[in-house]
Amino acid sequence: MLDGLLIGLSTAFSLTNLLMVIGGCLIGTFIGMLPGLGPMSIIAIMIPVAITLGDPSAALILLAGVYYGAIFGGSTSSILLNAPGVAGTVATSFDGYPMARQGKAGKALTIAAISSFMGGSIGALLLMIFAPMLSSVALLFHSAEYFALMVVGLSAIAAFAGTGNVAKAVLMTLLGLIMATVGEGALFNMPRFTMGLMDLQSGFSFITLAMAMFALPEALFLVLKPSRSATGDGGQITDLRITRQEARKIAPVIGRQSIQGFFIGVLPGAGATIASFLGYAVERNLATKEEQKEFGKGSIKGLAAPETANNAACTGSFVPLLTLGIPGSGTTAILLGALIALNVTPGPRLMVDQPQIFWSVIISMYIGNLILLILNLPLIPYIAKVLAIPRNYLIPFILFFTLMGSYIGQNNATELLILVGFGICATVLRFADYPLAPLLIGFILGRMLEDNFSRSMQLYDGIAFVLERPMTMGLLVVAVLLVVVPSYRARRAKARQEGVADGD
Amino acid sequence: MALDRWIALIILGISLAYGYAAYFTMDQLLPPFMQRNPIWPSTFPKVLAVLSIITSLVIVLGLEKPATEEKEPDIDYRRLMDYDLFPALALIGLMVAYALLLRPAGFLLSTVGFLTIGAVILGERKVYILIPIAALATGIVWYLVEGVLGIFLRPLPLFLG
Repeated sequence: MLDGLLIGLSTAFSLTNLLMVIGGCLIGTFIGMLPGLGPMSIIAIMIPVAITLGDPSAALILLAGVYYGAIFGGSTSSILLNAPGVAGTVATSFDGYPMARQGKAGKALTIAAISSFMGGSIGALLLMIFAPMLSSVALLFHSAEYFALMVVGLSAIAAFAGTGNVAKAVLMTLLGLIMATVGEGALFNMPRFTMGLMDLQSGFSFITLAMAMFALPEALFLVLKPSRSATGDGGQITDLRITRQEARKIAPVIGRQSIQGFFIGVLPGAGATIASFLGYAVERNLATKEEQKEFGKGSIKGLAAPETANNAACTGSFVPLLTLGIPGSGTTAILLGALIALNVTPGPRLMVDQPQIFWSVIISMYIGNLILLILNLPLIPYIAKVLAIPRNYLIPFILFFTLMGSYIGQNNATELLILVGFGICATVLRFADYPLAPLLIGFILGRMLEDNFSRSMQLYDGIAFVLERPMTMGLLVVAVLLVVVPSYRARRAKARQEGVADGD
Repeated sequence: MALDRWIALIILGISLAYGYAAYFTMDQLLPPFMQRNPIWPSTFPKVLAVLSIITSLVIVLGLEKPATEEKEPDIDYRRLMDYDLFPALALIGLMVAYALLLRPAGFLLSTVGFLTIGAVILGERKVYILIPIAALATGIVWYLVEGVLGIFLRPLPLFLG
């Protein structure tokens, strides 16, 4: 592990990579603050840039920086405007916005930054401990187990991501898998389902799909409902300091929530959003009677809890991505797509074959968190000016960057028509409350799922591998349970749940 | 019937067409030596088709009771007319026009046009500020893509080269 750390340090501290972290965090904060643009859209927009960098470590460092920055920016707009840009920061606005209303915006931002920093750093520490352990186990996996594991991942995502409606999420996952079969596969040298169109020969481009699923509907929603893009002056932010007493009060909250958030983030499908809501709820229950009354009216504990939890969960979501090659959330799915485009296959071999990528990402997580704390925080009063950009200017630019992102990836104008077409479909799907993240994850995992399935079919000359490998069997049973149990329980008890949107 | 079930019906149609293609049109094309393989190019699509037909039927027939009660949706499609529908549709049209004009009209012209018209659709009236900003942004993006990323974008209309 020490060797790895040293490699990571030397890679991450190279000048280019440091610039990547700084740039990524700044860009992420900037855009993440804009209402309606979540980390998924931002990362999707940044991917063409990252891919043209050519160096996988630099690209992943840049994108990870953007990811943290976006979450941080999202909390800023939740606190200042009560307009969370990201589902993961909705819980932040419960107590952050009341604090800002009381004129304590600066203090709220500082607490948010410190809790994010602690959550992210402790998360990175846990990642450093658990990822190597998990990947050494994962090295024992065969293609049969990989296939089963991906099925588990997909069904877990479907089970968690649906707003209480598992069938919809499962259907979206299947649709993503179906879309992944279009084009020429790796194992069979024949084009499938292209309907004779040359433009579909290489399948749908995942950047186009990511833009169409997230960035475009968000922009259209902003147009449809002007009140979503509430703008404010964002000018008066003073007094960023917190007292020692306050620090002592939030310290245990941060400690508990970093660990809890991290482990929630590791689970596929349960990302930053669930972690932040759960963190808020748990801390409210643990607080004393008087403190409980403050929750929702500007409690610093209520602000620290979701902020810590969502950052720790973001870090946690890197564990399955880096060790198993299976993304647990929409954002990590997009990162996986970017890595594949750069000819890196995340998975247990990553630590062995390309340790510099693995470790430099972990090290740059620390650096990214540090930069958010010491560089971004003092700049916040100035960055918050971005909230004053009129939407008349903002929306055409968002649309333009979406179009550009998918055009420069393919250099093909047909791609733009596909983008607009899918964008309209995605908007309609969102009207009807279909979750879109499972579709994208299904699409990205589809190829790998089929490859591993085919490989095990060939090795065992048929479907027998399911019966002959107990672990495969076990995992598949878990997958079925994950889908069946929630809908069964939903029938039993129509328990009221908080609708959690997909956004992390 | 609610919108989500209509959508499931459409997806059911897509899955049926997909399943038809997988079950009846793909296997004849397979060369004989590949038919001895335990897995065919159509195997995985066949499984997917069956699963998605079942799942979409579950939604169309309303077999699964949603766990959540009707929550306030972000945008209520039943009242779509109350929202700013026209600008949204106009922007979609503008994007299609951009896609079709990007090559013939060149990057610079079509992008300045896109940004300006887009803002005008949204209600911006200060064109004298708008056009310089759009032109500046277009120039910067073109420089970044062409110079820094090294991706060729035809800057000028076709007839100018």
